[in-house]
Amino acid sequence: MLKDLFNPNPRKKYITLPAHTEYSSAVQGSVGACPKCGKLNREEDLETSFKVCPECGYHYPLTAGERIWIMTDENSFREINKGLQTTDPLAFPDYAERVSKAKEDTGLEEAVITGTAAVNGEDVVLGVMDTRFLMGSMGSVAGEKIARAFERACAERMPLVFFTASGGARMQEGMLSLMQMAKTSAAAARFHEEGLLYISVLTHPTTGGVTASFATLADMIIAEPGAMVCFTGPRVIEQTIHQKIPQGFQQAELLLERGMIDEIVPRREMKEFLGKVIALHKVDSNAF
Amino acid sequence: MPFKDSMKFERDYQELQKKLSELKDITLKKKIDFSQEIATLEAKLESFKEEKYKTLTAWQKVQMARRPERPTTMDYIEAIFDGFIELHGDRCFRDDPAIVGGIARYNGVPVTVIGHQKGRDTNQNLKRNFGMPHPEGYRKACRLVKQAEKFKRPVICFIDTQGAYPGVEAEERGQGWAIAATLMQMSLLKTPIISLIIGEGGSGGALALGIADRVLMLSNAIYSVISPEGCSSILCKDTGRSDEMADHLKLTAQDLYSMALIDEIIPEPLEGAHTNLNKTYKIVKEKLQTHFDDLVSRSIVELLEKRYERLRTIGIYGEDESFE
Repeated sequence: MLKDLFNPNPRKKYITLPAHTEYSSAVQGSVGACPKCGKLNREEDLETSFKVCPECGYHYPLTAGERIWIMTDENSFREINKGLQTTDPLAFPDYAERVSKAKEDTGLEEAVITGTAAVNGEDVVLGVMDTRFLMGSMGSVAGEKIARAFERACAERMPLVFFTASGGARMQEGMLSLMQMAKTSAAAARFHEEGLLYISVLTHPTTGGVTASFATLADMIIAEPGAMVCFTGPRVIEQTIHQKIPQGFQQAELLLERGMIDEIVPRREMKEFLGKVIALHKVDSNAF
Repeated sequence: MPFKDSMKFERDYQELQKKLSELKDITLKKKIDFSQEIATLEAKLESFKEEKYKTLTAWQKVQMARRPERPTTMDYIEAIFDGFIELHGDRCFRDDPAIVGGIARYNGVPVTVIGHQKGRDTNQNLKRNFGMPHPEGYRKACRLVKQAEKFKRPVICFIDTQGAYPGVEAEERGQGWAIAATLMQMSLLKTPIISLIIGEGGSGGALALGIADRVLMLSNAIYSVISPEGCSSILCKDTGRSDEMADHLKLTAQDLYSMALIDEIIPEPLEGAHTNLNKTYKIVKEKLQTHFDDLVSRSIVELLEKRYERLRTIGIYGEDESFE
């Protein structure tokens, strides 16, 4: 299957769309001039390169659907907890409108999608986030889906792989959002107690309350090249304490150097990498 | 600026009181008997004050919670605990003065106490970094709670921070990582934990000390996902609507109690915790005692189960059961 993905024949539609998910295949969102090198990329080229600029290796942001499509084995993804619905618990101004607009614009129900899937032949519980949906912010629904993903993986004794991308906690749900940091961290803690594998893949951008909770609580923290990962974003740092931001600050490459993450894996190699890591954890539990 | 005007009634009150005492002086000097009128005015003034303090808006509470005169963690430690011994450092980088921690006795029982520490004046605040911790502060907290678990000491946390420090060095040393690790560790800690929000509970930097079996909050304290100014600047592109945002964020003790996110509100003296320290300490001690006694009488297994349950059930959402 993986071989098929790399089929160079551009005329052949190189993957069949999983009919049961509406998280469609085709590369969505705006493409075009690479934000890093300026090269004008054709949509077809980006499709075969998994939205990585062939010129400079810039990783374009992915939608949740694209991520699932690229990272899971064909037809293997089954969404769980799809019925969780965002409400407007604080009756926060414009929140309901913003949520419906995000739903309309993205075709998603929320910023987090979870499910079961096969990654390079390995069964996992998978979570992906989509920054097009209110900056991938974590509110009650996101937190609940994440906690349930941990619980599902726990019940099925499966590894959990989470692709993060988020602006942080969703302020329109106030303290309920902040407490999702506590909830997801507690769920991660319990998951670890069970001796199961949790891999987080930090993608651009992972910030705020997501960085300061489940995203960094994994056994292995992987990042995509160039991903910005931080607690406080550069703009806020500049605004609040007027400190000058060093070059490449908060980028995955520097985080690796500083020992904050385990590895940077290019998108094209990610699926295979995850498969290998997971396979390495399939040991006989009675061994010793 | 709503910032300055929000507590205007306090100045009004002081001015009126001054005028009233002037009036008293005059009547004394001129030997005119206005005692009845004065008494009525005084009563009116007092009820005006009481009404104002009892109906503080969310934004006014934000101002109250931030008052530099408010008792800080160290003040509570001194007033409530005996023989506090401060323990310093995270064993990796440095000691973060924005979080203090150590061991003490609480009514004779050894406990670990940890809290954000703000300064009272500029010098202290420079030392304490305005109570905004770096990662090493959270790593110190992690170290101290782990130690508390080892020696079966209950943990008492005081929350009072604008938030974790938003600086370059803090980011470089893994602010997010440090907070996350604290959250995870506290959720599994095999000893009772009580958290008190005594002033400002600002975002993740506050929450790191807020995973507890009981969360108590002073009546003028606030606890929020983001500062009203930050919220206003992001959502309205203008900090001028901070007062409105304070209201929408539901950050007061009363709001959070009604959402069952905290266990009890500790009533402050009418004009704020700082205006009658003895009264404040007395009631904090009293409320703390009730929860402390209750927690230490329970088994760790039960506490951990309830602690998880408490975090796990937070969130308001709908669920369409027809999916899956």
